[in-house]
Amino acid sequence: MNDIVSLNLEDQIGLLEKKEISSYELTSLYLENIKENKDLNCFISLNENALEQAKVIDNLKDRQSPVQGIPIAHKDIFCVKGHKTTCGSKMLENFISPYSSTVFEKLDNSKTIMLGKTNMDEFAMGSSNETSFFGKVKNPINPLKSPGGSSGGSAAAVKANLCAFATGTDTGGSIRQPASFCGITGIKPTYGRVSRWGMIAFASSLDQAGIFAKSALDSAIALEIISGFDEKDSTSINSKVPNLKEETISNMEHSIGVPMEIIEKIEDVNVKNNFLESIKILEKNGFKTKQIELPFLDYSLPSYYVIAPAECSANLSRYDGIKFGYRCDNPRDLEDLYVRTRSEGFGEEVKKRILIGTYCLSAGYFNAYYLKAQKIRAMITESFKNAFKNVSVIAMPTCSNGAFELGSIQDPVKMYEQDIYTIPANLAGLPAISIPSGYTEEMPLGLQFIGNHLEEGKILNISHQFQKLTDHHV
Amino acid sequence: MSEKTEYSDWEPVIGLEIHVQLSTESKIFSNAPTKFGIEQNSQASIIDLGLPGVLPVLNKKAIEMAVKFGCSINAEISNTAIFARKNYFYPDLPKGYQISQLDDPIVGQGSVEIECNEEKKLIGITRAHLEEDAGKSIHDKYDSSSAIDLNRAGTPLLEIVSEPDLRSAKEAVAYLKKIHSIVTFLDISDGDMSQGSLRCDANVSIRKKGESEFGFRTEIKNINSFKFVEKAINFEILRQIKIKNLNNEIEQETRLYDSQKNETRSMRSKEHANDYRYFPEPDLIPLQISNEYIENIRKSLPELPEQKISRFCSEYGLSIYESEILNSSKGMSNFFEKVAISVKDVKTAVKWILGDFSAILNKNNCLVEDSLISSSDLIDLLNCLYENKISGPAAKKVLEILWNEDLKVEEIIEKENLKQISNEDDISRIISEVISKNPKQLEQFKQGKEKLFGFFVGQVMKTTEGSADPKVVNKILKEKLNQ
Repeated sequence: MNDIVSLNLEDQIGLLEKKEISSYELTSLYLENIKENKDLNCFISLNENALEQAKVIDNLKDRQSPVQGIPIAHKDIFCVKGHKTTCGSKMLENFISPYSSTVFEKLDNSKTIMLGKTNMDEFAMGSSNETSFFGKVKNPINPLKSPGGSSGGSAAAVKANLCAFATGTDTGGSIRQPASFCGITGIKPTYGRVSRWGMIAFASSLDQAGIFAKSALDSAIALEIISGFDEKDSTSINSKVPNLKEETISNMEHSIGVPMEIIEKIEDVNVKNNFLESIKILEKNGFKTKQIELPFLDYSLPSYYVIAPAECSANLSRYDGIKFGYRCDNPRDLEDLYVRTRSEGFGEEVKKRILIGTYCLSAGYFNAYYLKAQKIRAMITESFKNAFKNVSVIAMPTCSNGAFELGSIQDPVKMYEQDIYTIPANLAGLPAISIPSGYTEEMPLGLQFIGNHLEEGKILNISHQFQKLTDHHV
Repeated sequence: MSEKTEYSDWEPVIGLEIHVQLSTESKIFSNAPTKFGIEQNSQASIIDLGLPGVLPVLNKKAIEMAVKFGCSINAEISNTAIFARKNYFYPDLPKGYQISQLDDPIVGQGSVEIECNEEKKLIGITRAHLEEDAGKSIHDKYDSSSAIDLNRAGTPLLEIVSEPDLRSAKEAVAYLKKIHSIVTFLDISDGDMSQGSLRCDANVSIRKKGESEFGFRTEIKNINSFKFVEKAINFEILRQIKIKNLNNEIEQETRLYDSQKNETRSMRSKEHANDYRYFPEPDLIPLQISNEYIENIRKSLPELPEQKISRFCSEYGLSIYESEILNSSKGMSNFFEKVAISVKDVKTAVKWILGDFSAILNKNNCLVEDSLISSSDLIDLLNCLYENKISGPAAKKVLEILWNEDLKVEEIIEKENLKQISNEDDISRIISEVISKNPKQLEQFKQGKEKLFGFFVGQVMKTTEGSADPKVVNKILKEKLNQ
């Protein structure tokens, strides 16, 4: 059984096309595996109608989409009509969405089967999956370790063969860091490539949906489906989606930019060596590398931790106990209703970020924090633009460490530093991917490729070529 | 010192913030309808409710309307309009922030001319920006809780901010009326203040006459009629003068106008003022407005009140006074012009529309748009009058009946037997009869008792039940009596 659920997407599609397996059988296998791995706590809720839906899809006369009948998982940040959508929070513990997100709809129209909705850090705020109201997720490779966050449930589910691929969101690294921790492939496309409609907002100018899968090629197939302009999202980009699968497998030449200044500063020797080894593999196989400079990158983290909380402080104002979501018992008056609903409904990390954001936007502090952070953001975007004049992709480690032990990081700033290499791509709105590149202390490490605006094809292509040369992802 | 002299030492300084609900069919950031007065919470879409994951999409019609307004007050139109989040908690504000504009409002500086006490004055407009309306809190429906109606949430508003150029409550009203007529003539708002389509906040301060510094101001919130604007401002001016005359300071604060008690009272002081923590709305990209787009709108602007006033004078021979009244609302202006182009005598039409027709509207508390007498009915009536088919008094009677019954002018004249006899032969015959029936009076008249002319007119009218054309009666009676 494990053979089939551990197959990559391409192979599963082949089996379904040749009718060697039905979607019903495939779905049953995954559901069984989910049951057996309940301890990992990957799912917040399961889709009770999954098998029925698989049956209906099996009865369709012809195949209408490449992923027809493929069982997948959605991060519980995507609204699904009629299903609980909790965003990992007590605030939305019982929220049943009356509408569906574009990401869900596109995959649903492609006849995938939603097995369930995956666990996550509360409102996507966290890098370890420990801030979830529904408990932490365990890393399938070592259950004492964190799967990363915020999309830890999706990453762990893909790694543990609990779904064929999964959706996630990435505001500062929430796809790439968990992908790195769990040893799978995770891609965050260009900001605006995938519609944010129905995806619960954390920081609107940074949030972007993406895919977790077993390989770059699998990611390409899934990403193409969820990409595209959506008139319901004013920030989505009106640009044709290329055939990503074709671009991924094509014979592209690359000039790989390496920001050596940053690499040299990596403290963890294993991480540094692993990265340099990966670059060597690429060079040995004929890929050109080029040293580049990315000034201002040191300022990414502080500017991110102004902009993201600022936006989140407004985005989370709607959770006020008035119209939906959690409401405190017996409020004395309106003030009491607001204060207790939000004090009781939000977890500590969320409250912390709301406070930071509110502070940064307050009269007298706006210029010093928010405006300055936006200026840095513009400079970082510009420095990437300059770098891409000379290279086709940029390589960096995904994270400065491998998966850490659950509960081991208590200092919030240490936790925020998890995103140090992933945040720049969010600030600049660029596509970035993390692929497995080896191990440190038996936990996986990730190699990150950042691409130019709308050039997902190029980072998928280099990742695919790397995965042809290595077997870290298998 | 009498209150009057105390008052005359001070000069009020007033600026208005006018919120105009734009008459788009759907809301500014969602496709929910914007109708007024329908079942509570029935036209709030998931976007208006601010559900998790929803995103705003800007209604292009609202942009067009804002640009129209900007062009009509000769304002600069911004080529990029940026939306911003204005953060505050209130139960009828579903997202916990209002999408509004701070920097780069869509409409920049402009001005309008007002007339007050027969003096013309230019009032500066600082800016006009687009934003979404909030819902409504209803506090008197339940004993221990408040109800929220979110139908209004997301209705597009144009907030028009004036310079502090107004110096009296009367000027403020004249300015408000001016804005009202501009937005209604542009057809970008129905301007109905009773439904909240046009609301106004007034910033009021006073200073000693001749001073150039402004005093501390208070802001009176949400005044919803022309009458209340005048009363609220006057109350506030007097209140401030009383404080200053006691050598106390005005507290900078937000006040509410209570129309029942005719007073303003403190709502929140400056210390408790909200910090709205504005920042650019990340869910909407900056709006690019091309000069070509602006010019196209400028070229297609409809006729504005001022242009109509002068055109009516030259085209229909009205006095400025008549033309101004007829152009005080778009409905009246349109109604008049419909009538004017079809009647044979415009002067009479003006007299009737400003007189008896307006009186009927006023009596029934009705806007011309909702008049039960159509313009074509009035045209028929005025033309009958012109052709002497009915008399003036009869026409008044017809007008009354037109309002109350669903009948045509001709039908009423027929039914009520109001047709005027103006045929000279018929009238001559009736007069002869009357004269022959009253030989005594004829004798006296011939002896010089000329007053009796009126007696004969009366008798003719009595015989014809008032339907004889008085002009013809006079003429023939004179001839016959003097034979």
